[in-house]
Amino acid sequence: MQQENNAHGHIVGYGTYAFIWLGLLAFTGITVVAAGINLGAWTVFVALGIASIKGLMVMNVFMHLKFEDKIFKIFAGVAFITLAIFLVLTFADYLFVR
Amino acid sequence: MAKAHVTSHEPDFWNVQTEHKGIWAWLLTKDHKRIGIMYLYAIVSFFFVGAIFGVLMRLELIAPGKTIMEPQTYNSLFTLHGIIMIFLFVIPAMPAVFGNFFLPIQIGAKDVFFPRLNLLSWYLYIIGGLLAITSLFLPGGPVDTGWTFYIPYSIRTTTNVIPALTAAFILGFSSILTGLNFITTIHRMRAPGMDWFRMPLFPWSLYATGWVQILATPIIGITLLLVMIERVFQVGIFDPSLGGDPVLYQHLFWTYSHPAVYIIILPAMGIISEIIPVFARKTIFGYKFIAYSSLAIAFFGSLVWGHHMFTAGMSTTAMFIFSFLTFLVSIPSAIKVFNWVATLYKGSIALEAPLLYALAFIIQFSIGGFTGLMIGALSIDIHLQDTSFIVAHFHYVMFGGAGFGFFAAMHYWFPKMFGRMYNKKTAIVAWAHVTIGFNLTYFPMFIMGYLGMPRRYYDYLPQFQPYHIASTIGSWILFAGLVMMIVNLIRGMRSGEKAGMDPWGGTTLEWTVDTPPPLENFETIPTVTTGPYDYSRYEIAAKEAQ
Amino acid sequence: MSGQWETQSVHLHRDDAGSRMGMWLFLFTELILFGGLFIVYAVYRYAHQAEFHLAAQELHSTIGFINTIILLTSSMTMAMSITALQKGNKALSMALVSATLILAGAFLVNKFFEWAGKFANGIYPGSPELMNRPQGEVLYFGLYFVMTGLHALHVVIGMALLAVNLSFIKRNVYTGENTVKLETAGLYWHLVDLIWIFLFPLFYLLH
Repeated sequence: MQQENNAHGHIVGYGTYAFIWLGLLAFTGITVVAAGINLGAWTVFVALGIASIKGLMVMNVFMHLKFEDKIFKIFAGVAFITLAIFLVLTFADYLFVR
Repeated sequence: MAKAHVTSHEPDFWNVQTEHKGIWAWLLTKDHKRIGIMYLYAIVSFFFVGAIFGVLMRLELIAPGKTIMEPQTYNSLFTLHGIIMIFLFVIPAMPAVFGNFFLPIQIGAKDVFFPRLNLLSWYLYIIGGLLAITSLFLPGGPVDTGWTFYIPYSIRTTTNVIPALTAAFILGFSSILTGLNFITTIHRMRAPGMDWFRMPLFPWSLYATGWVQILATPIIGITLLLVMIERVFQVGIFDPSLGGDPVLYQHLFWTYSHPAVYIIILPAMGIISEIIPVFARKTIFGYKFIAYSSLAIAFFGSLVWGHHMFTAGMSTTAMFIFSFLTFLVSIPSAIKVFNWVATLYKGSIALEAPLLYALAFIIQFSIGGFTGLMIGALSIDIHLQDTSFIVAHFHYVMFGGAGFGFFAAMHYWFPKMFGRMYNKKTAIVAWAHVTIGFNLTYFPMFIMGYLGMPRRYYDYLPQFQPYHIASTIGSWILFAGLVMMIVNLIRGMRSGEKAGMDPWGGTTLEWTVDTPPPLENFETIPTVTTGPYDYSRYEIAAKEAQ
Repeated sequence: MSGQWETQSVHLHRDDAGSRMGMWLFLFTELILFGGLFIVYAVYRYAHQAEFHLAAQELHSTIGFINTIILLTSSMTMAMSITALQKGNKALSMALVSATLILAGAFLVNKFFEWAGKFANGIYPGSPELMNRPQGEVLYFGLYFVMTGLHALHVVIGMALLAVNLSFIKRNVYTGENTVKLETAGLYWHLVDLIWIFLFPLFYLLH
């Protein structure tokens, strides 16, 4: 095998997980409060922005993406960009006059 | 089937003793080669079922009005022909058969990364295939929506839509698992020295294909699931009477189903890139361009689905965008064609059956590609949409391209897989029938489509009859050629001349292992020091001869 | 779904990073599967903004909030169980996987009562009550049931995976450094959490 990698990933301490958990709870509180404020059309984007931050925390620490090879991060980027492209191209239809 | 032993000191994969006996040695195998062979038998069987449906449709169309069947039967036939040929033949054909068998060998590995998952993919394929066939006989009648399952008809018709959708869903899952397995295999199991640019072009094409399988197939999975949910629970997501948008269904359907044509054609392009240098005795021209263009096709191919919907009521802006992107995708495809032709130039060409299929591929794929550009242009598409011009176009790409790629691969890798050689003369006669029959079947459809013959119609105006007669006669020649080809191959399997390690003079790793390969492919994993197509010795000899 | 399988006689090298890669690739397919639904949601939300606002007010954001806390906590216990196993603390690892399973069960119980409440109010796909409402609300509740239902199905699958892993830990299947199956099961569980992180604001908060 070319790329030998038996490095066992990374053993993450309990404290780190607890810290991230607290962060996730805090952001959940923030998103609930933010949803109560009337930001007009921005409400959706604020909610999705906070959700994305939470998602990144889960992926990087709970899912160990931070400690994996670079190629894993590229993969994740490709997957999310693909989904974004599907969404944007679909909206190329819906945003304009039919 | 007793297989030939050439230089082997350990038994080949056909004869090796495993922990299971008899049929279970196959049905429970985790050997990528046996799984590839099991796919081959299943896929060729389904192909002939689909081909017979096609021949029956053509026979019905030889004259206007009723010829041999009722309109409802005809509707079911073209639907099942589409479902079988797309989901059971062309999409899995090349990755599942030749990818399974040759990808690990070509990159110097002993198996795929997830052998058990590989067997699971085969079972999912078989379950999906049997379900599709079973749906023919269940009460309710065979599905009659066309393979596209367009809303709203697919939530209104009383035929067996749900079994057919379930079958397609399961087959999609099988395809995803194969793609996932191949990507992991290519990343983690290449032999020492086999860096990315020493990898043969077939694995390159499978790599690009794997990404499309992983990132596009789930979209059709969820879409088909939503149609099923819509039929059972009336959630309204697609049903226009509840507020759903049928055009959104088309978006999601083609978000997968257009990239699916690249799942189909990319491995075929990989196969052609393997065959051309071997039979031209020349190092492939523009290796890196071919490798990168596979990735480029996979990427751009995911951006163009809207060109199936120009007459469906999209916004004009979206039509411009999708038309433009469609033109872009032709560039990497053209790069491949130029490179193949440049490889042939001044080569020492051996006109064997695999190369003949490859040459037919290049020409027919080019015709399919050019007509694709025609219908990718907005104004022309308005005229040609839903005519038999479209049918001709995608058969030139899907059959004249991918189908011929599959036949080319069968004739190229046959001796390695079965340890014997088919009758080469018969193979060429069969090739001539298949090629002439193919063009006679589908070329008239371009003309009559241009003149206004709609697709999927049971009846037609008398003025189209000469084209239909030509096309139907073509389908007979084509089918005769296919039968001749398969009989020749089965005979070769049983009693052909024994084949040596490298009957064609190939340079990739599969030609360095025994014929047929032993269970573990390599006694010791090779260390790779050169690129895949090293024909420098031939080229030096050719220069000296001048 | 993933893991280090060995063939009958072909002994592959153990390659944990490769196993995790396979699982990540599988998770991308799950992501795109839900992604298709998010596209549908986005299109219909764009087309029926007022009705989506109105319909969202009928969901209990408290239940959604509690369920969010439950899933986030279960994600943490899942991640910790791997650390415990890697440090050789089998009992703690089993306790943490069990905690994850209990939290997953609590999530489903909440979900059950939430759905039951909707059904009791006459809101379910195809219900006469719903059919009398504007199309945007029909779509909102159609998406609500499909998306949370599909998510709940993934919770159930994740629980099955975790239960298998619990018995593996108990029977000492994971020896030494070989914890990759628990890691891949954990990846799957975090994905379930990840999807919910997006479902929660989209259905419960935007009103």
